[in-house]
Amino acid sequence: MNLTITNIRRSNSDKPETLTIENGLIKGWNLEEEGDTLDGNGATLVPAFIEPHAHLREPGQEQKEDLASGLAAAAAGGYGTVISMPNTAPVVDDPAIVRALIEKAAALGLARLRPAAALTRGQEGEQLAELALLAEAGAAVFTDDGRTNENARTLRLGLEYAHSLGIVVSVHAEDAGLRAGGVMNEGFVSEALGLPGNPAAAEAARIARDIEICRMTGGRLHIQHLSTSRALELVKAAKAQGVNITCEVCPHHLLLTDEALRSFDAVYKVAPPLRTQSDAQALLAGLKDGSVDCLATDHAPHTRAEKELDMLQAPSGIAYIEIAFPLLWTNFGAELGLAKIVELLTTDVARVLGWPAPSLEAGQPADFTLLDLETVRSVDPATFKSKAKFNPWVGQDLKGWPMLTVVGGQVAFERKI
Amino acid sequence: MTSPKPRHLLDFQDWNVERLAALLDNADTMLQVLDRPVKKVPALQGLTVCTVFFENSTRTRISFELAARRMSADVVSFAAGASSVSKGESIRDTIEVLSAYKVDAFVVRHQAAGAAHLVARYSGKPVINAGDGRRAHPTQALLDAYTIRREFGGLEGKTVAIIGDVRHSRVARSNAELLPKLGAKVILCGPATLLPRELAAESVTLTTDPREAVGNADAVMALRLQQERMDAGYVGSLQDYARVYQVNEDLLAFAPNEAVVLHPGPMNRDVEISSETADGPRSRILAQVENGQAVRMSTLYHLLVGRN
Repeated sequence: MNLTITNIRRSNSDKPETLTIENGLIKGWNLEEEGDTLDGNGATLVPAFIEPHAHLREPGQEQKEDLASGLAAAAAGGYGTVISMPNTAPVVDDPAIVRALIEKAAALGLARLRPAAALTRGQEGEQLAELALLAEAGAAVFTDDGRTNENARTLRLGLEYAHSLGIVVSVHAEDAGLRAGGVMNEGFVSEALGLPGNPAAAEAARIARDIEICRMTGGRLHIQHLSTSRALELVKAAKAQGVNITCEVCPHHLLLTDEALRSFDAVYKVAPPLRTQSDAQALLAGLKDGSVDCLATDHAPHTRAEKELDMLQAPSGIAYIEIAFPLLWTNFGAELGLAKIVELLTTDVARVLGWPAPSLEAGQPADFTLLDLETVRSVDPATFKSKAKFNPWVGQDLKGWPMLTVVGGQVAFERKI
Repeated sequence: MTSPKPRHLLDFQDWNVERLAALLDNADTMLQVLDRPVKKVPALQGLTVCTVFFENSTRTRISFELAARRMSADVVSFAAGASSVSKGESIRDTIEVLSAYKVDAFVVRHQAAGAAHLVARYSGKPVINAGDGRRAHPTQALLDAYTIRREFGGLEGKTVAIIGDVRHSRVARSNAELLPKLGAKVILCGPATLLPRELAAESVTLTTDPREAVGNADAVMALRLQQERMDAGYVGSLQDYARVYQVNEDLLAFAPNEAVVLHPGPMNRDVEISSETADGPRSRILAQVENGQAVRMSTLYHLLVGRN
């Protein structure tokens, strides 16, 4: 089965080129045209993005999202691979669930699913899950995300065990006691609004602890959705000392601050919370200087009815995987450049996960996305594949839209013009 | 009064000094109505006011309902006790249903900050915030301001000390928003665990020392301290709190002679305020209750009569 895509550009060149794929692999560049042919219309070809942190909600919460809607949304966002979080109902702590998810997702022909599994049984944070069996079933990451790892000893044991399996452990790093009932960043805005605050110190204190555990075990620890300037300083210092720690940052923590909560609109309620402008600036600087390892959207869909509840009751989470690249390119394209943004969404994620670097050379898997870097389009929720037809950027004009996403040689998404 | 007339009373952000002064001036008329043998005027005849209390508060609800009835409005009440509103039912659903009954205004109490804003978004009718979480309780602040104004003839240059659980208090936040607009200074005072530093602003200062707080105060307001704050570890015990922060005659010895004492109620006698002080000559606590009804009548009048 052959497919040829003509009239495309690579990110480092303006020259129109032709890519041929065969049997799911890249056959080569600028070969004789054969088989089906697609016109790339001059768009830019980059490796398909890898999402290290998404909530696809299956099994058990299909009213929010399911594999079909979530993986379609990912493909529409230019993502070829998605790490799904295990805080479903039931929790993904059983090898049979991992196998079932992978099998079901593979049949959909959308983005590729690599489930994360729970580090501990039931994500309770006490007894390790069957990590070797979960790894054998295809678990890509171990995490109790959605829950914090309050028992430091369990995290220690998990890091040691997972490291011997060659798998990274990722953590939602917040001290649950300090966070208490906080529903937004603790600071001037939370006090003015009278909403319970979640202090930056909850994140920093927990990361300080986890750095010591990572140092002690020599394991591979990944900090999810790092949100504060202080926490980034701690990670930076730990890296300088050779601690094997990485961190991800979410676009919403770069683009929004706690000021957004003045609307009392729970669409802005997210965990960890939107922080201050100086935190956002520090995170952006961290992307530039390499102290932040990669980007993650923490795609966390909920129903509209749930997000219309008051700020205390509404669940946390923003879902926007299908507009993540347009948001990044529109807002930070000039500052970071295309190559850097793509790296943070591809090569850097692979490095964090211990995977081979994605490549567009002959013989590599045909996982790529075509980006229209110029055309401005309005964010239209009617086009969303996700079940969450809302997010903070609806109606905004963005550029950098993925036009075609190919996963394993198959077209997983094609934007209708 | 060039700015548009506010449609709601959610907090004081849209209310300028002239509007606020007019509302308080009008409360004088309402107080006179309350002194008549027949305490009823036809101002809101034909209009229906709906009180929606997601959180229980009998006194505030009665104050609003009487205020509406004395102006000849029809009143209906929606009391969402824990049993009647299943957990998770949205404000939107409740308010859209009540709106379909064609009520003309909503008075809302809810445990979540911002809830009154959500009601305003979905109701299409004027909304009076009767307390949303820690956020705001604007008619309480208005009645406090009105009580001080009646006492001293005005608020310009006055100092109001608010002592107690500032962190969890919508009364403190609303007063800290309103009183500076009317020219008064606010001193917030309480144990450090209950006194968020972020509340400091122009004309709003903080201190953990109650003697300092009352030193130049024209009015001293004690805030209710709830047992659940002990349980959450903010203070060691009610006794530990009361030893330092109770508003009593010993503390008021450090205040000016003419200073009056306020409390938003309900009181925990001999915790945040001594019985002697609550019942003593400085106390204006019952005057607050009476003024509250007049201020709420005035608020309803401002929002429902002569709109645009």
